[in-house]
Amino acid sequence: MNRGFSRTTGGKPLSSLNIRRQRAERRFRRIGLFGVGLALASVLFLLGTIFSSGYSAFWRLHFAVDIDFDPVLMNVSSDPSLEELRDVNYLSLFRKNLERSYPEVKDRSERRKLAQMFSESVPDVLESLVISNPSLVGSKQRIWVLSSSSAEMIYKGAAPRDIEEKRRVLTDQQLTWLDQWHGENLTRTRFNFRFFTSGPSRSPELAGLGGAIVGSALTLLVTLLISFPMGVAAAIYLEEYAPKNRVSEIIEVNINNLAAVPSIIFGLLGLAVLLNVFGLPRGTPLVGGIVLSLMTLPTIIIASRAALKAVPPSIRDGALAMGASPMQTIFHHVLPLAMPGILTGSIIGLAQALGETAPLLMIGMFAFVADTPSGILDQASSLPVQIYLWAESSERGYVELTAAAIMIILVFLVFMNLLAVFLRKKFERRW
Amino acid sequence: MIEISPPSKKSEKNFTTRLESVDEFDRVETVGEMFVDRPKVSCLGVSVHYGDKQALFNINLDLGRNEVLALIGPSGCGKTTFLRCINRMNDTIEGCRVDGEIKIEGAEINHSDADVVSLRSKVGMVFQKPNPFPKSIFDNIAYGPRIHGLSGPKNELDDIVEAALKRAGLWEEVSDRLHTPATGLSGGQQQRLCIARAIAVNPEVILMDEPCSALDPIATARIEELIDDLREKFTIAIVTHSMHQAARVSQRTAYFHMGHLVEVGVTDQMFTNPRQRLTEDYITGRFG
Ligand SMILES: Nc1ncnc2c1ncn2[C@@H]1O[C@H](COP(=O)(O)OP(=O)(O)OP(=O)(O)O)[C@@H](O)[C@H]1O
Ligand SMILES: [Mg+2]
Repeated sequence: MNRGFSRTTGGKPLSSLNIRRQRAERRFRRIGLFGVGLALASVLFLLGTIFSSGYSAFWRLHFAVDIDFDPVLMNVSSDPSLEELRDVNYLSLFRKNLERSYPEVKDRSERRKLAQMFSESVPDVLESLVISNPSLVGSKQRIWVLSSSSAEMIYKGAAPRDIEEKRRVLTDQQLTWLDQWHGENLTRTRFNFRFFTSGPSRSPELAGLGGAIVGSALTLLVTLLISFPMGVAAAIYLEEYAPKNRVSEIIEVNINNLAAVPSIIFGLLGLAVLLNVFGLPRGTPLVGGIVLSLMTLPTIIIASRAALKAVPPSIRDGALAMGASPMQTIFHHVLPLAMPGILTGSIIGLAQALGETAPLLMIGMFAFVADTPSGILDQASSLPVQIYLWAESSERGYVELTAAAIMIILVFLVFMNLLAVFLRKKFERRW
Repeated sequence: MIEISPPSKKSEKNFTTRLESVDEFDRVETVGEMFVDRPKVSCLGVSVHYGDKQALFNINLDLGRNEVLALIGPSGCGKTTFLRCINRMNDTIEGCRVDGEIKIEGAEINHSDADVVSLRSKVGMVFQKPNPFPKSIFDNIAYGPRIHGLSGPKNELDDIVEAALKRAGLWEEVSDRLHTPATGLSGGQQQRLCIARAIAVNPEVILMDEPCSALDPIATARIEELIDDLREKFTIAIVTHSMHQAARVSQRTAYFHMGHLVEVGVTDQMFTNPRQRLTEDYITGRFG
């Protein structure tokens, strides 16, 4: 369009200056397009890698085993009390049942290999089954139990099977069992609910993100409660009340600097001050939240100040001239108009905090906490720390868990950003 | 009506030579009728500094009851600054210092103990650019009465809003959409809304800073009519760049020049027979 216009003006041919300008214009546009394309491609590549290696963690392989709850094997009376049932050695019950089901496996080490096909959690599963339903004693049941991580890796194709035995995660014999059970329909896969409910575990097939999710949520809650009101209040003071002099200039520069301080420094500060001086409990969402608040504060202050600054001064003048006090002016007129920007900035700050690992490691939020924390004073883990720990583990089963955990954290981030967009849309006044 | 003659080269030259001798201006004595009997607002020796820069020099000027006072003068001469002294809006400007005596009904308002909130409920202001709040038309008008506790029950507030809109001549146009955004109104309607907003709190004085500068002649005429009506109840000071407007709406006119109040006079007399050379040059269009 532009070109056509220049071609026809005055019927003269394009001047060389004109041609050069248009070329530069096109080149510039192409460079921009290339940049956007490159960014999109990297994001897609990243997401693709994570998704392809992580999605398999959302289902688990189960094997069927026939268990004879024989009172003799369990070494209890035929009508046992709960105490008796609690004292039973369920590991040996399981082993003996395996011996019965697979009488052809005689060698001790072979038997151990057979038991290693199953998750370590099988005895616990048996125990809770019997405790919750004592009438099982004396009956025979087919039970679905979790497979071991190694068997599952081969089954899912996450670990190579066509290599020499000593480098494979399963022996030749175990491989035969796996194929045999698969042929006999003794295998099935189910959604991995445990991933969202249980805490970390030594066995990858039992490990979950539940504790870390709760830990992160509690930490973020503390961060939100501290940094949002403080950040907004500080921004209001600096923008609306503080005299513009040397002191406020220095404060402004320092806030901007604070936003650029490496997060591990905040972790060190938390360690030195919160833990060692104030003696707050180590590795808790309270301490983690305080440290992350310090990190998030500058982001919130800067975003809020920008949002406040963007409110037209004529609105302030109008309100003040009506006889509104400065506080009424701020709360009735300025803050509502600045809210979308403040909320967006705060949520972006919190999203940063959600992904922060180093400061949490410094204040000891890496403990192997099996229980889900029930409050901000309980030892807790957090999503990024959990990812870090899993990524460090050498066992192959943790690879998919790491990727799956990254997917979860990405889901949280996307959710938070959507929330930011939603809130902005909701509070934004286009009039 | 006043005559506007095209600027002549000669007088322009004269004018610049007079402008350059700033010393002369430092001793400017206001001529004319700057004082009135029983003034509503009286300013004595008002000087304003923005930081080190002095914007107003020793201004003595009264606003009479039920009078419209026009403030005229070239751009940057301090008209807005003077207006903003009267409702202490200069307080909001960092580094601005106002010295001198400003009395409303005999009560000094230019010292730190004076209650700014109640002052501003007595002295309303209309800005050059319409600045309705981004709320509904109703809430715009109701805001002042609400924060000053002027209204009791809801229907009383309805009455206040209706009365204010009627006075501002906007009622017919907006009565069916009181709860729609005020920013959806036209520029002229918005300016009348701002006037309605100012009179809704029943002020005694209304300060208008070039209220018609963004409006077309029809909207301007409506606002001028409105100003004439409002004079029955309020004291009005209006800044304007239009000599015609000053001549039409005001009883007295004050001419500011580079921070000095050069001349104050009864409007008709001032436009037909200015006493100062500077005034004459300005109103005959040889300057500005
Ligand atoms: N906030 C401010 N800070 C510093 N100087 C200011 C400020 N506001 C006004 N001034 C200066 O004070 C002088 C008077 O300004 P003022 O706004 O009162 O002029 P005015 O007569 O209203 O002009 P206009 O007709 O253009 O509106 C000008 O020289 C201006 O530069
Ligand atoms: Mg002005």
